[in-house]
Amino acid sequence: MASVIARGTGLAHQAARAPGVADSPLARRILIGVSVLFLGAMLIAPLLTVFGYALYQGIDRYLAGILEPAAWSAIQLTLLTAAICVPLNTVFGVAAAWAITKFEFRGKSLLISLIDLPFSVSPVIAGLVFVILFGAQGFLGPWLRANDVQIIFAVPGIVLATLFVTFPFVARELIPLMQAQGTGNEEASVSLGAGGFRTFWRVTLPNIKWGLLYGVILCNARAMGEFGAVSVVSGHIRHQTNTMPLHVEILYNEYQFVAAFAVASLLALLALVTLAVKTAIESAVARSARLAAH
Amino acid sequence: MKRGLRCGLLGALCASLLAGCGGSDDGENSISLLNVSYDPTRELYQDLNPRFAEAWYRETGQNLSFRMSHGGSGSQARAVIDGLEADVVTLALSFDVDAIHQRAGLLPADWQQRLPDNSAPYTSTIVFLVRTGNPLNIRDWDDLVRPGVQVITPNPKTSGGARWNYLAAWGYALLNAPDDLDEEGRQAYARDFTARLYANVPILDRAARAATNTFVQRRIGDVFLSWENEAMLAINELGPGQVEIVVPSVSILAEPTVAVVDAIVDRRGTRAVAEAYLNFLYTEEGQELAARHYFRPRNAEVLGRFRDQFPPLNLFTVDEMFGGFGEAQRVHFDDGGEFDRFFERSR
Repeated sequence: MASVIARGTGLAHQAARAPGVADSPLARRILIGVSVLFLGAMLIAPLLTVFGYALYQGIDRYLAGILEPAAWSAIQLTLLTAAICVPLNTVFGVAAAWAITKFEFRGKSLLISLIDLPFSVSPVIAGLVFVILFGAQGFLGPWLRANDVQIIFAVPGIVLATLFVTFPFVARELIPLMQAQGTGNEEASVSLGAGGFRTFWRVTLPNIKWGLLYGVILCNARAMGEFGAVSVVSGHIRHQTNTMPLHVEILYNEYQFVAAFAVASLLALLALVTLAVKTAIESAVARSARLAAH
Repeated sequence: MKRGLRCGLLGALCASLLAGCGGSDDGENSISLLNVSYDPTRELYQDLNPRFAEAWYRETGQNLSFRMSHGGSGSQARAVIDGLEADVVTLALSFDVDAIHQRAGLLPADWQQRLPDNSAPYTSTIVFLVRTGNPLNIRDWDDLVRPGVQVITPNPKTSGGARWNYLAAWGYALLNAPDDLDEEGRQAYARDFTARLYANVPILDRAARAATNTFVQRRIGDVFLSWENEAMLAINELGPGQVEIVVPSVSILAEPTVAVVDAIVDRRGTRAVAEAYLNFLYTEEGQELAARHYFRPRNAEVLGRFRDQFPPLNLFTVDEMFGGFGEAQRVHFDDGGEFDRFFERSR
């Protein structure tokens, strides 16, 4: 199905382009040149700068920057945060997308708006909300203190803030996909006698696996890279509540450029890996679509 | 293959969880302190903490570990108010520690009288950084208002540290106002002087760090106003030979203050060690470490040993010149204050 549509629009494009400025080589070159220049200035140059600064005093200084205990504990905290947030948001995202696209219920549009909330709220505000809720001067602060529970300025606060910010990624990726797929397959499955759970595992999940993976990757990238919200709730305690992005800022402010860019290069590497996995997924999707068409 | 991958991921997760839990105290014989400080003290305490821990171990047999938090002084105070469990705070100015008393009541109103020298074991002041060789022959504050001299200083509305630059200039002008002026006339003279200085600022950066970049890396401007300790740190870190320090005839005395946070040490049972820690800052060893990390020590003998590093100058305090930092904040930096008024006019 999908490939048919793709081929159809491809034909439409060719048909539309033919009578226009048909391949004026100059216009084409200018357009390509502008795109390449812009990409170079906005994406590639900054990326190269990160690696250049990180490595310009040699690989030893680079490794020292990454293996230094404070950097290492920041890396661990970032991995831990992502390891908690990504699975939780994946489960939530699938559940929400399934509910929204396969069922009719009251308050559905409200639920969609709520899922979008973290996209529209500034991360700093998100962090402040948690301080107002759980901070010593906040609504729950006195109770938490009395029960010796520390949320803000500790790992739970960082996880909560990251959870909030990365909340929409999986759901937002799945909802349009599942809407396009409709409920036909599920209806067929149920009418053939499968239960709801089995229908989900055997019919819905295989249909959405690539979209789901894509959403998980984006969610993970943001969970590891989040700065604003985490900065507000972190407390910046070395070895304890500094995530990688926060550690980069601290190192930079302390004139430790090599170490700062070394840690930053790890985050950049993560982005590159994300990009590679995303490309691999897209080509896998295209391949499976071709197979389905044959 | 798939299972192997999954096990690997689980293993990594468990390892990081375990590592995350590893930092807690184990047993009677160890104790930890959280020192919530501001940005430029990082190296001082990195150097000082292990020495105090060693002294504490010799005295009590207790293993002491430190946790440090650095950030902007105002936002660090805010974090303590909101529940960051600081045993001690070592912040840029008493105003921020006062806020912890006023807004959260974590320490008493008279906290500043509990330690010598206004609870400020080390001090700093505002000096000038100029290009090597001092090509424009900048000697004192008057040279900063000369036409054509470009001064780099951050916006005092957004940078806490930069308020001291502003107050130092204003205070200098008050001290050098013509004798025949009355109080109002002296203030008007100081306002005019400070306005002329800020008219020479080509770029008003948001924060001290950005302003340092403007001056040192982008090479914009002739004079950079800076805290003395940060100027020395910047020269040291960014490579000597590009810039040098000029100490003016008069400047402002900056008193970074330290305090034990009573409510927290009493709950955590760390009062004795926290008090001993702050007292250590006043010992000869502590003073020497402060001097080595570019803060002016209070101890005259130690200061004498670092004479070359800290040339003498006349220093005035915020209290005597402006009636306290709170009052200075209200008059000069709050919305609609002195800075806003002359800055609006100059646009």
